[in-house]
Amino acid sequence: MSAQTLVTWVVVVAGFALTVKPLGTYMARVFTGEPTVLDRPLGPVEDRIFRVLGVRGEASMSAVEYGTAFVLTNLAWLLISYALLRAQGILPFNPQHFPGINPLLAFNTAASFTTNTNWQAYSGENTMSYFSQFANLGFLQFVTPASGAAVGIAFVRAIAGRKLGNFFVDLVRVCTRLLLPLAFLLALVLVAQGVPETLSRYLDVHTITGHTQVVPRGPIASWESIEHLGENGGGFTNANSASPLENPTPLTNILLTLAMGLVPVAFFYMFGELTGRRRVAWTLIGVGSAFFLLMLAMIYFPEHAGNPLIRGLGLATHGNMVGKEVRFGVGGTSIFETATMAFTTGSVASAHDSFLPVPQLAFFLGMFLNLVFGGKGVGLLNMLMLVILTVFLMGLMVGRTPEFLGKKIESREVSLTAIAFLLHPLLILAGTALAAATPAGRAGVFNPGPHGLSEILYGFTSGAANNGSAMGGLSASLPFYEVAIGIATLVGRYASIMAMLLVGESLLRKKSVPVTSGTMRTDGLMFGGILFASILVLNALTFFPVAALGPIAEHYLLLGFRHV
Amino acid sequence: MSVKRDLVTALRLFAVLAVLFGALYTLLVLGVLQSLFPTQANGDLVVRHGRVVGSRLIGQSFTGPGWFHGRPSATVSATGRSDPYNAMNSGGSNLGPHNPLLVRAVRQAMAAYPGIPARRIPPSLVESSASGLDPDITPRSAYLQVPRVARSAHLRRSALMALVRRHVHGPWLGLFGHARVNVLELNLALVRLEHR
Repeated sequence: MSAQTLVTWVVVVAGFALTVKPLGTYMARVFTGEPTVLDRPLGPVEDRIFRVLGVRGEASMSAVEYGTAFVLTNLAWLLISYALLRAQGILPFNPQHFPGINPLLAFNTAASFTTNTNWQAYSGENTMSYFSQFANLGFLQFVTPASGAAVGIAFVRAIAGRKLGNFFVDLVRVCTRLLLPLAFLLALVLVAQGVPETLSRYLDVHTITGHTQVVPRGPIASWESIEHLGENGGGFTNANSASPLENPTPLTNILLTLAMGLVPVAFFYMFGELTGRRRVAWTLIGVGSAFFLLMLAMIYFPEHAGNPLIRGLGLATHGNMVGKEVRFGVGGTSIFETATMAFTTGSVASAHDSFLPVPQLAFFLGMFLNLVFGGKGVGLLNMLMLVILTVFLMGLMVGRTPEFLGKKIESREVSLTAIAFLLHPLLILAGTALAAATPAGRAGVFNPGPHGLSEILYGFTSGAANNGSAMGGLSASLPFYEVAIGIATLVGRYASIMAMLLVGESLLRKKSVPVTSGTMRTDGLMFGGILFASILVLNALTFFPVAALGPIAEHYLLLGFRHV
Repeated sequence: MSVKRDLVTALRLFAVLAVLFGALYTLLVLGVLQSLFPTQANGDLVVRHGRVVGSRLIGQSFTGPGWFHGRPSATVSATGRSDPYNAMNSGGSNLGPHNPLLVRAVRQAMAAYPGIPARRIPPSLVESSASGLDPDITPRSAYLQVPRVARSAHLRRSALMALVRRHVHGPWLGLFGHARVNVLELNLALVRLEHR
């Protein structure tokens, strides 16, 4: 490992470690209505927004009301976004004169951006007008992560024994207090590093070799900034953050990696602040970090060692550079991809289809688990879901009523949690099976052998996990995938969130039981270890068979390969 | 009860936030950045004799023995034909590690460097990038091409070695990222050297 790689990793990890506490504390203050430094500039703006919305001084919502507001708001965005995409041809800011988007692609894109998935069955640079990019999809990149975060905040309030709050108020405050200031600052640095920010049309250049080249541009820095801060992950161009237009230097690569994780990690700390259980929060942060480092190692070391087939051609071993950029190298690419899979951003700085099998397995791990900090709010929900399942299993083993944060976990909570937990593999495995069994699904496969199955599996996993990255070889623009993955994103997002909101409310209604010497602890190394293991076991039981047919089979094919 | 009210609130929310985050945010960033960093904000364009000849960010296709070559690019044209460094359709080859076409593509790329032993070729020089627009090569990839370019352009090797050395961008602060050479900048300097 080179010194540069090590320094890059240390800076990223230290960045998370140093911000988790101050940022988490700040968020806790914002969402309990305590005064913060930004009250003076932003307070009046928010007040005006709340007045227009008619939610000023509104009472707290119940879980059903909160969930309904969340779903209806998202539905409105979905329909409006769809309509605007269809009408692209007659809308302004379209210097390249791109026509309206066809119905299936518009559905897929609207569904994917509304659910914070940002799966893209199109290439931005030759499909989307500037209007679609910044006013339609760019707008969704602010509000959809904010709406997911709002639900996460409501859940944390519920298990902290507080009232759930008002969805609209929370949504607006995530945008104004977190996303807007951070996105603005990040955009400044990105442009200083070379990311374009303009509304001028693409440029035709005549090269010194006598050829012509079209240089796409646009309001890319403002897009790129919120793309990562909101764990959105939809690229301005097809190559996403592998494109030098979006991610031009090693420094921007580090900044974008940090931008993806700052808020999701701090969210876990905020949970500890609001519930007063900081030790539990640190334990969960520890478990998340262990998975993060595991994924980083699984991605870096095989890629650094390189592809045995290519080594066989006599090349010096300097890592697998297929589908990677020189300015990031294997080290910079690895930390970026770990972050994008852990925080379910789905932005990519390389081509995931060209990774070796073990790194592919790490990508899948991030999406199967969906709780290695995850998207802000939603990742915490998933982690707490597994905590509830784990204390339930522990309770079964020692024959005691399971408890979490002083509340008894009983049949209603376990049933709802189990539904939320099983929905994820159901969407992924049923979708993959359907695609593999039908000609329409198989038609989209690009690479032969087990890798082809991995491409399908990746598509549905990315949709259900609301990640949005892809193994780019899969023909995502086939009608079959536009519809099927569009549906997976919608069900994957809303059904599990609703179930978890109900769990939260059900816990809120319960009386707290006092801590005794017989209480099972949900913090410390012991519980962390059990949680880590049960997350692995529960997911391995669900996903091992399909992983064995995809990346694991490919791994052994590569190992057994001999050049003749 | 509140479904209708929620919908009305949701629509109002859209109206307010679309103005704030769809329009004002972008325009604010745009305004500030166009005045602070006009060069970068417009795509870091390279102008020669008053004409734009490229962007420093985006690689170009250089073929023929008289130029320094960039990495292979897997981008295709709108009709799906091979069209290296087509910035209108960025993307990688997406070839999986066990795909026979990958081995074939790398072999083909190696054939462009005859007489150079395989173990001296950096993989990045014969493996296509993720964007298909990678503007950089490693310093070793540039030095490797000096003898060929020198022969073809009738320049002294030592002059070209010095030229490459001047165009190596070291890691930022000596710590971040790896040393690299921007192929377009290097070739522009090569043209200036030839015309002297």
